[in-house]
Amino acid sequence: MTTPPMVSLTIEGRPVAVPAGTSILEAAKQVGVLIPHYCYHPALPVAGVCRMCLVEVEKAPKLAPACATAVAEGQVVHVHTDATHKAREGVLEFLLINHPLDCPICDQAGECELQDYTFQEGRATSRYEEPKRFNPMEDFGGDVLYVPNRCILCTRCVRFMDDVAQDPVLNVSERGDRALIGKAPDHDLTHPWAANVVDLCPVGALLSKDFLNKARAWELDRTASVCPNCSQGCNTIVETRDNVVVRLRPRANEAVNQHFLCDAGRADYRWMNRTDRIVHPLIKVGAEHREAGWEVAMATLASAVRTRPVHVVASAHSSNETLFLLRALIAIAGGRGVFTVRSEGVEEPLPGVPDLARRTERAPNARGAELLGFTRTADPLREVQDGDVVLVVDDALEGIDLAPLARADAVVFAGTVIAPALAQRAVIAIPLTNVVEEEGTFTNLRGRVQRYLQAKTPPALARPGWFVFAELLRRLGAPTPGFVPADIFQALAAQVPPFEGLSYDQLGLQGALVRAEVGV
Amino acid sequence: MGYPHRPHPRETPVLSAHFGDPDARSLTGWRTRGGYVALERALGQTPGAIVDEVKASGLRGRGGAGFPTGIKWSFMRPGDGKPHYLCCNADESEPGTFKDREIMRWTPHALVEGVAIGAYAIGATTAYIYIRGEFTEPLQRVETAVREAYAAGILGADAMGSGHRIDVHVHRGAGAYICGEETALMNSIEGKRGNPRIKPPFPAVAGLFGQPTTINNVESLAAVPHILTRGAAWYQSLQLSNPKSVGTKLFSVCGNVARPGNYEMVLGFPFGEFLEDVVGGAPTGRKIKAVIPGGSSVPMLTRDEAMGAVMDYEGMIAAGTMLGSGGVIVFDDSQSIPRMVARLARFYAHESCAQCSQCREGTAWTTRILERICAGEGTYADLDTLLDIADNMTGKTICVLSDSCAAPVVSGLQKFRHEFEALIPKKQNTVAVAAD
Repeated sequence: MTTPPMVSLTIEGRPVAVPAGTSILEAAKQVGVLIPHYCYHPALPVAGVCRMCLVEVEKAPKLAPACATAVAEGQVVHVHTDATHKAREGVLEFLLINHPLDCPICDQAGECELQDYTFQEGRATSRYEEPKRFNPMEDFGGDVLYVPNRCILCTRCVRFMDDVAQDPVLNVSERGDRALIGKAPDHDLTHPWAANVVDLCPVGALLSKDFLNKARAWELDRTASVCPNCSQGCNTIVETRDNVVVRLRPRANEAVNQHFLCDAGRADYRWMNRTDRIVHPLIKVGAEHREAGWEVAMATLASAVRTRPVHVVASAHSSNETLFLLRALIAIAGGRGVFTVRSEGVEEPLPGVPDLARRTERAPNARGAELLGFTRTADPLREVQDGDVVLVVDDALEGIDLAPLARADAVVFAGTVIAPALAQRAVIAIPLTNVVEEEGTFTNLRGRVQRYLQAKTPPALARPGWFVFAELLRRLGAPTPGFVPADIFQALAAQVPPFEGLSYDQLGLQGALVRAEVGV
Repeated sequence: MGYPHRPHPRETPVLSAHFGDPDARSLTGWRTRGGYVALERALGQTPGAIVDEVKASGLRGRGGAGFPTGIKWSFMRPGDGKPHYLCCNADESEPGTFKDREIMRWTPHALVEGVAIGAYAIGATTAYIYIRGEFTEPLQRVETAVREAYAAGILGADAMGSGHRIDVHVHRGAGAYICGEETALMNSIEGKRGNPRIKPPFPAVAGLFGQPTTINNVESLAAVPHILTRGAAWYQSLQLSNPKSVGTKLFSVCGNVARPGNYEMVLGFPFGEFLEDVVGGAPTGRKIKAVIPGGSSVPMLTRDEAMGAVMDYEGMIAAGTMLGSGGVIVFDDSQSIPRMVARLARFYAHESCAQCSQCREGTAWTTRILERICAGEGTYADLDTLLDIADNMTGKTICVLSDSCAAPVVSGLQKFRHEFEALIPKKQNTVAVAAD
């Protein structure tokens, strides 16, 4: 593969060198210059229609669209001149003449590029005195509503459906200022990735029905995370309002999901807010569970596993850090670790992005569990030995025959929601945090280790798995790597060869591949 | 010939020599009038020799831009291993222009011959003639001519026994003005929405179906057989003013003149004499007030400007406008310039493809303001707003439809501002005077 030659140019007085063929707009990003734009999106074919990104290129006769103009050697580009400001102010005025000023009731307000650029560079008042164009709102099917009056015809949605989803159900209908986004008759936005058009829409023309009127953009707290719903490991932003998850959105990662998140993944967040779960440590006294403090619970747990081998039913939903400490526990106490993964449906790819699909393996960390020595099985209790302590971590054991638990000396559950049948047998139940209540890492199906951050506070006494098992190891007299996930991960990287050389610093928010995948 | 009138003695009929002659339409009729001699000769030459001959003739594109045809052809690199295409732009939709229509109605074989020569010259085996949807009769004439040409072996796998393949497809548009823009036309042929494409890449690099493509106007291609038959030197000799503007050009004249119609003039003819003498001036009792000389997209001229202008590419630029398509629209003193400008703006607002923000919104906004002014509800501020909108619409979009809408607004306001002001109610002024 030949690499294209580098081209040097100057943008807003800043020198930059980029590969030939790069657009001025992308080159400007590299030196921290944002050229305002609407229709351009790095994951979509260039349309060059909004004309917002017009810049002045010295010696060129006209203003040039930065998104559609390739860099040239020695080019001198100006983003902020009288001519470009006038051009952008003109575009903003044109876009606004038929745009309803309904920001107070628009979901996009606060994260609207039309608002932002108008605030920065637009006219303070309108010169438009004629009646505004009106078209009624339309249900596009799936999770998507279309509000044509707000639409600026950037065609990002059309290009996404044509070129990325490759399900061309959207189009530009009509001409002139009657134009609007049309939908093919008898087709809806039911493609498994169609809801990305809502994120792509720079204004409030395409709305999520699920998020409709739920929150104002400025009320949301945003946290970098990883989608826990399948083994693809799409990078996400978890948005909470008052400690309640209200929306999941894609976070850009060129190596995993580019800018996209599947409809199922983004819709599956309500369980993160569940309240019907264990939030205090529970200890069985007689026939019933009693709430206990952490000190009593941990002492009980430590004494239960001190003298007996453990049969750990781990979870592909647990972090690498939690799984690593469980592995350490098995090393001390003897026993084995297994896990099951729910697998269903068929892969639902996004055709325009290589190796991106909603996977049938509906858990985020099966690969990590395997790399950390856990055995994948369909029957996690089959190997329970007489006298074992069975430690079930964040697996509800749905549809599993619990009879083998009778062989165990004790059954301990750690997790969020405990199934009634399991609750009957568990002597101790430990409340763990869920994925948005803790920090950690997952390893996706391609061996990419990715961090997720804590998006909300956990309920009552719930603690992260890695904290609980680090404390357990300490009580068992084993060396503990510490009580913060970065330190635990450091120990993991030092002791488990596939993870060698990795660290939280190195992972950053884009992740890194395990050694086996790097080919070392 | 001044079809539908008798030819004027000062015309030079080359393309229009057989307008009004039904016998010229058929293949046999065309052959007895010297048809297909040029093609047969061309097929015996190298493509490069034909390109050189057309270059030497000085022929410039007759669709509006005036780019030298031979040079355009020379952009098509022979032997690049890619299929080449020729597109003939017969989507003549520019208001005030109806010259290509007459070429296709009366001499369809002239076009087929020109297309075949052009295709051979640029190394294309496939050519498309894209005909405007409303042109039902021209469509029928051209389709008949193509059929006859295939039947006679002029087109097809072995064009005129030369061993070269030349296929010509007739593609009918659906009546969108924008499909006359060359890249929108290509999108339309490909079955896509007729939206202009961003350039570069230019059609000679990536045009129809992404392959090297040349696109020529009907009139340009129809002139090529004459150039090959009579020689580049003959064509060069047809000049009256500027050596860069040579040959004959059809001018479609409409509006307030005694004899509207198509007139074929040698470039460089004095516009004043053309208006007063050749087309007979304004109707009796009227006086010419304004003229749009090159189709609705070019700036209009006042009577005085028009009378002193020269009918060629450079002469019209010197007069502050463009030769354009040669569609001459004449307004006499009974016409309202604001109403005319509003009508043109409405046309552009209707035809905007809706891609670029400035054009989609600007053409419609301009129209609404102009129509409000014409309804007697305008203000002085509207006139300044119109000029500012026009400035924001000019030179900032993918194609020039936006500029074309702005041009008559700007020239109308510059040259006939008093007519716009006359429509604005004077109430506020009256009140101020009364209070004084």
